[in-house]
Amino acid sequence: MPAPKPTVPPFFKGLAITARTAKETMFPDGLKNPIPQPSKGAATVQYPHVKETPPTRARGVIALNEDNCTACMLCVRECPDWCIYIEGHKTLAPPRRPGGKPRSVNKLDRFDIDYSLCMYCGICVEVCPFEAIYWSPEYEYSEVRIADLLHDKTRLGEWFETVPDFEPYEAGAEVKQKPVSRKAPK
Amino acid sequence: MIGLAYWLETTIKVLVLAVAALTGAGLAVYLFLFKLISFMQSRLGPMEAGPHGSLQLVAEVGKWLQKEDIIPDHAEKTLFKLPPFIILATTLMIFVVVPAGPTAVVSSLPAGIFFVLAVSSISVLGVLIAGWASANKYALMGGIRAAGQLIAYELPMVLAVLGVVIQAGTLNLQEIVHQQSAGSIFGLDWIGNPYLLTQLVGFAIFMIAVQAELGQTPFDMPVAESEVIGGYMVEYTGIRFLVFFLSEFAAAVGFSAIAATLFLGGWALPDAWGIPRDAMFVIGPIVILAKALALTGVIFWVRFTVPRLREDQLQRFAWKVLIPASLANIALTAILKVAF
Repeated sequence: MPAPKPTVPPFFKGLAITARTAKETMFPDGLKNPIPQPSKGAATVQYPHVKETPPTRARGVIALNEDNCTACMLCVRECPDWCIYIEGHKTLAPPRRPGGKPRSVNKLDRFDIDYSLCMYCGICVEVCPFEAIYWSPEYEYSEVRIADLLHDKTRLGEWFETVPDFEPYEAGAEVKQKPVSRKAPK
Repeated sequence: MIGLAYWLETTIKVLVLAVAALTGAGLAVYLFLFKLISFMQSRLGPMEAGPHGSLQLVAEVGKWLQKEDIIPDHAEKTLFKLPPFIILATTLMIFVVVPAGPTAVVSSLPAGIFFVLAVSSISVLGVLIAGWASANKYALMGGIRAAGQLIAYELPMVLAVLGVVIQAGTLNLQEIVHQQSAGSIFGLDWIGNPYLLTQLVGFAIFMIAVQAELGQTPFDMPVAESEVIGGYMVEYTGIRFLVFFLSEFAAAVGFSAIAATLFLGGWALPDAWGIPRDAMFVIGPIVILAKALALTGVIFWVRFTVPRLREDQLQRFAWKVLIPASLANIALTAILKVAF
């Protein structure tokens, strides 16, 4: 049996790792520049002063495309926190073809999401069959009063302006979802 | 010595102790707890309060001072209020015998190092009282863990110090400092004879025991937040928690100062450098502060690096490794002392 190679005890390895990280944070240019520059070496940014752009598919806030919503209540029923409130009424829309019968549609009166209850599971986005609910990467909507976290459909519609457009699939990727433009047709 | 009234002298001494302990604790918190650990995690730490967050501790102290002083209903009211101040008192007493210059020592006791070891054991009483009086099972478990740990690591600490005491032939810290600065090793005297060189084993054992005495990771079972959610401190808030918190860091600096005095030559620079004695009144405090902070940095470096040991590993390490090692160290030191 060959003699085991002498190894550095893990305790000292760990000390070396933390010391090296501290050195790299304080002296990002190496030790030639003896002035510590932790602001440059740190991996983090100082949030209120510097803002990182979240990834386009970040789950920041849920947005509503009101035109697509049919008040089908699927999202309301699937929501684990019961934080979505929908009210609507039936109304008549003009016929699709000239001379046709007026269509019966659901008109949306109220669509609220209570973000003090929401747990950001995204089930409502997944179950919506009409492409009315989207994730938006915006995240700055904290409020002083908890009641202000109830976003009505106007506010949710404003969030829809921030939803990034559908990113095309990579070549050869399995198409799981029909690419629908996130922007309302003009 | 200038003749001062006893009360005036005592007041000045207490003030000096408070300033020394608070300066040390504040520097340790800012330099290591706020900044060093942040840099080790590739982040910046507090940046908003004051330049580079230097006033963060002031802000935190303000926060703690204005918090409600909550005492649990079933707690033993009188005993519950006592422990932070027992621990603060023992922490301040560590600084009593640390010399910071040729005559700059609050009280140069003949048995100085014995005094330090004695008062540092009192803090276990404060911890036990805190754990019991909180009427909380986690506090009690934390208190008992702390007691077991402090007793287990008191012994290697005493034995490690004994090596130095045998070599120096005195218990007085001022004398130990003089011997290190005046001594020579292998006929070389340009670094004096810091006992770090001859008592390397003792130094390592002492620092490990200090780490455990202070309850710093990897020996932080008494306050393990994931096991006993803060241990004996679980029910404390406001100013009482603040006193616990600052005492912990003051004690870290205090023990580091003791270690610097015993093993690194204390406030003195080697006599061979020929620095006039009068200059040391100014240089001495700076030297001891720098050495103490460097050792505190090592304590916190280890704290930020390693994970927590298990309770049985802690006890086994103390009784089966540290104590035999320190006994062997003492025996070897005594033999060499007699031989030379």
